[in-house]
Amino acid sequence: MLLDKVIAGALVLLSAYMMSHAILLPIGWNGETGGPGGGAFPFWCSLIILICAVFVIFRPARSYEADQFTFDREMMGPLIQVIVAIAVTIALIPTAGAYVAIPLFLFWYLKIYGKHSWTLALSITMLTPIAVFFFFEATLKILLPKGITEPFFFPLYAMFF
Amino acid sequence: MYNKLTKKIAVAAISTAALLAGAAQAVAGDWKPQKPVELVIMAGQGGGADRIARLFQSIIQKENLSNMPILPVNKGGGSGAEALRYLKDKEGDAHVIMATLNSYYTTPLRTDIGVDIEEFTPLARMAMDTFVLWVNADSDIQTLDDYVAAVKAAGGSWKMGGTGTGQEDSLVTAMLEKEFGIQHTYVPFKGGGTVAKNLVGNHINATVNNPAEQMGFWQAGKVRPIVAFTPERLAVFPDVPTARELGHDIVYWMQRSFVAPKDMPADAVAYYTDMLEQLGATPEWQEYASGKALVADMLTGDALQNYFLNERSKHAEILASIE
Amino acid sequence: MEVLSLLADGFATSLSPFNLFIVIIGVTAGLFIGAMPGLGSVNGVAIVLPLTFIVPPSSAIILLAAIYYGAMYGGAVSSILLGIPGASTAVATTFDGRPMAQKGQAGLALIAAAVASFVGGTISVVLFTLFAAPLADIALSFGPAEEFALVLLAFTTFVGLGGDDSLKTIIMICLGLALSTVGLDLISGQPRLIFGDMPGFYSGISFLVLAIGTYGLGEILYTIETSKTAPKVTNARITFAELGAGLKRMNSLWKTMSLGSFLGFFVGMLPAAGATPAALMSYGIAKQTSKTSDTFGKGNIEGVAAPETANNAASTGSLLPMLTLGIPGSPTTALLLGGMVMWGLVPGPMLFIEQPDFVWGLISSLYTANFAAVAVNIALIPVFVWALRMPFTVLCALVVVLCIVGGFAPSQKMHDVWLIFAFGVGGYLLRKADYPLAPLVLALVLGPLMEKSFRQTLIAEQGNILAFVERPLSATFIGLAILFFVMPFVVAFITGAKERLHVPSKRPKIN
Repeated sequence: MLLDKVIAGALVLLSAYMMSHAILLPIGWNGETGGPGGGAFPFWCSLIILICAVFVIFRPARSYEADQFTFDREMMGPLIQVIVAIAVTIALIPTAGAYVAIPLFLFWYLKIYGKHSWTLALSITMLTPIAVFFFFEATLKILLPKGITEPFFFPLYAMFF
Repeated sequence: MYNKLTKKIAVAAISTAALLAGAAQAVAGDWKPQKPVELVIMAGQGGGADRIARLFQSIIQKENLSNMPILPVNKGGGSGAEALRYLKDKEGDAHVIMATLNSYYTTPLRTDIGVDIEEFTPLARMAMDTFVLWVNADSDIQTLDDYVAAVKAAGGSWKMGGTGTGQEDSLVTAMLEKEFGIQHTYVPFKGGGTVAKNLVGNHINATVNNPAEQMGFWQAGKVRPIVAFTPERLAVFPDVPTARELGHDIVYWMQRSFVAPKDMPADAVAYYTDMLEQLGATPEWQEYASGKALVADMLTGDALQNYFLNERSKHAEILASIE
Repeated sequence: MEVLSLLADGFATSLSPFNLFIVIIGVTAGLFIGAMPGLGSVNGVAIVLPLTFIVPPSSAIILLAAIYYGAMYGGAVSSILLGIPGASTAVATTFDGRPMAQKGQAGLALIAAAVASFVGGTISVVLFTLFAAPLADIALSFGPAEEFALVLLAFTTFVGLGGDDSLKTIIMICLGLALSTVGLDLISGQPRLIFGDMPGFYSGISFLVLAIGTYGLGEILYTIETSKTAPKVTNARITFAELGAGLKRMNSLWKTMSLGSFLGFFVGMLPAAGATPAALMSYGIAKQTSKTSDTFGKGNIEGVAAPETANNAASTGSLLPMLTLGIPGSPTTALLLGGMVMWGLVPGPMLFIEQPDFVWGLISSLYTANFAAVAVNIALIPVFVWALRMPFTVLCALVVVLCIVGGFAPSQKMHDVWLIFAFGVGGYLLRKADYPLAPLVLALVLGPLMEKSFRQTLIAEQGNILAFVERPLSATFIGLAILFFVMPFVVAFITGAKERLHVPSKRPKIN
């Protein structure tokens, strides 16, 4: 039940933040240009969120909700690990390059987190970047960020384009 | 197919290994892109600016003007502000070029986005697009005088369609208003094609639009050009007078150019300028330009930079006078 | 008659062995591209366009049609298997496709999607063949007021989708609408809600980013938490008997599918709308008119068939304004338009008169591509289903990579990848707290269309709000919207009254 209120509280803060941005543009009905101003849509929508979220916080607990909104304590640790790992991977992509960050993530997830065999972990870690390169870069010509590894790809570009 | 692919992979693996081992790469005398070149488009997908940039890209590819592919990326957010900021962050990068339109100067003038276009490296101006005032072919308006009379009679409720406040056509609309002392209701749409469709569907009364956007409907006899905002009559519309010859000095161009980030290496600048000059000479481009009433006027280097700065101060004046 | 002979010529070309080979290659490539979250027909068409200058033009068109159709079919694959809509057009397919897959009916859902796509594609191509020219006039008569009314209608067909907690549904709709305004205000030309002046927000928040975040990453996090250490193995298998049973099951869905096809085609044909509202409306209407509407959202096969017929029909429909008016209704048609210019064709009202062989060649290619797409798709279903049998920790890792790479691909901005991460964590928490995610995604897709057309109309009509009901077409749509809005209450009232009349007798069992 507490979680429900915390999330509703976060929504209150988010909507207030959006409203503070929306009021930079006119939010009223502007007769001159006909119709609502540029800030009207985001402002009033945020206001509705705020009101509804306040209601969610202060309404009495309903029986069917009470038992649902808990975290599985046992799984919290692994879950946070995964979230952090994803964040680290994304942070690494612009500097170390997608072809370093993604295999690192895969290896961590498969070998350390998932406790799979070396063969499986290593083969997926190696094969996925190759598949990604051929599918995205060689075929679809969508270049992924390479960061400092960029020079190593010059011969590959020369080969495939 | 398969053999070729495996061979490619093998060769790739070997050469990567060679590179990793520290084998020096042969330094070629003249510069060539080493990786695919990003072509930033200052507009979203589907608009006139996007279409012309992609046309350039396909001609470059078809005629093999570049050894590496040119990959278009749309960064149309904030009237091109997104693209300008992106280019600013690419300082010194030799593999990014940008296709511009007039928001290249108007956007930094209208909102402070921390970009000074003087810092960018000019490559080539491919063409100047023209503007024409259009009405639905069913309307009675034949001349500019008819038009002004009709707008006056409507008393401010005359619906002028356009691509957004601050966009090129809205500037021409503002110039019209100033010149004739008339009032329009300016209705913004997403893209010139949508504007053209709304004109034919009679949802708006008139529009200032590039001929390229209206051509299909004009050929079908659905829309009528009233006046051209060019110094001389357009070859495709020999019967349409210019505003200037009717005694109203309204001339407005949309430039279609390529620029590069600040401090792009000189060899790279030379390479791209040369590539774009070749592009400008291709029959495909010449044909497209004449068919769509574009003035294919090539300008490069310092001359182009002067042109940009000139246009920027002109636009500063126009914007100051209407806002 | 002339049309028929032109079509016959088109078929003669598209059925040559070389072209058939091209179709199969194109459809297969399209399927995989479409099945990749983040990628869609636009990527497929973009890589093929340059090739079209090399191969003969007729083969080029066929290849494009094949990729286009293949990708439309493929969008459903990731919606069903991973619960991540591969394109905004396939978002409605996740609502029931994903629950079906979780119940172990992935194969059946995929068959339903394939057959539905085929039906939608076929009906719409026939409509296109017969009525292309007069329909172009209808598209023209759509101004901003009509657009607004249509989007409103799409919205109201969805009322009640969120489940029990109406406060939370309202919050999610408003959050989606508010997020949809991020970026540039088209009307005033001013940037808005670009939190802290981040350039990444200048172009707004794209649907794909939100969908990959909430449905992709969010779902992964949710499953990690709920699955504990013992990974939940989806019992996904497919046999030929099941395939046959699935096809038979589809036979009973004719009403849903034909409604979806017509709706999809007409909505898709309108330049502003396109396939996403079409699919959503089709889903909403199927739900409201279905006898088993209470199982929608829990794995009802009708809920897969309805949006899939509509989005395929709409993607054919969206070719109509592109060809007849020169207006691209979607990024893909924008690219095709560019390609046509390169081939020296001028899209617009004169195209059908001046270049009939191109137009009808394209249409006959669509017929061929549609047949090939359904065949290839059904043949590949066992492969797709097999992918689901991977150990959960392997699948999970690969999906995370897909989310990152697929999220980066469309815009090529790291900003969007971070947004996906934020939406993933946020979506997971919202889901934990029982907030419905579908209204959020729906509002983000429809919001910009709705706000823009609303304000355009008011500007054009000098602030006269009655303008929406003074025009016959928009008045009709608004009337229908009100009807859809009120209907669930009326139905609830009537059944309530009936129940009260039969108090002593047994209450109807709700399954």
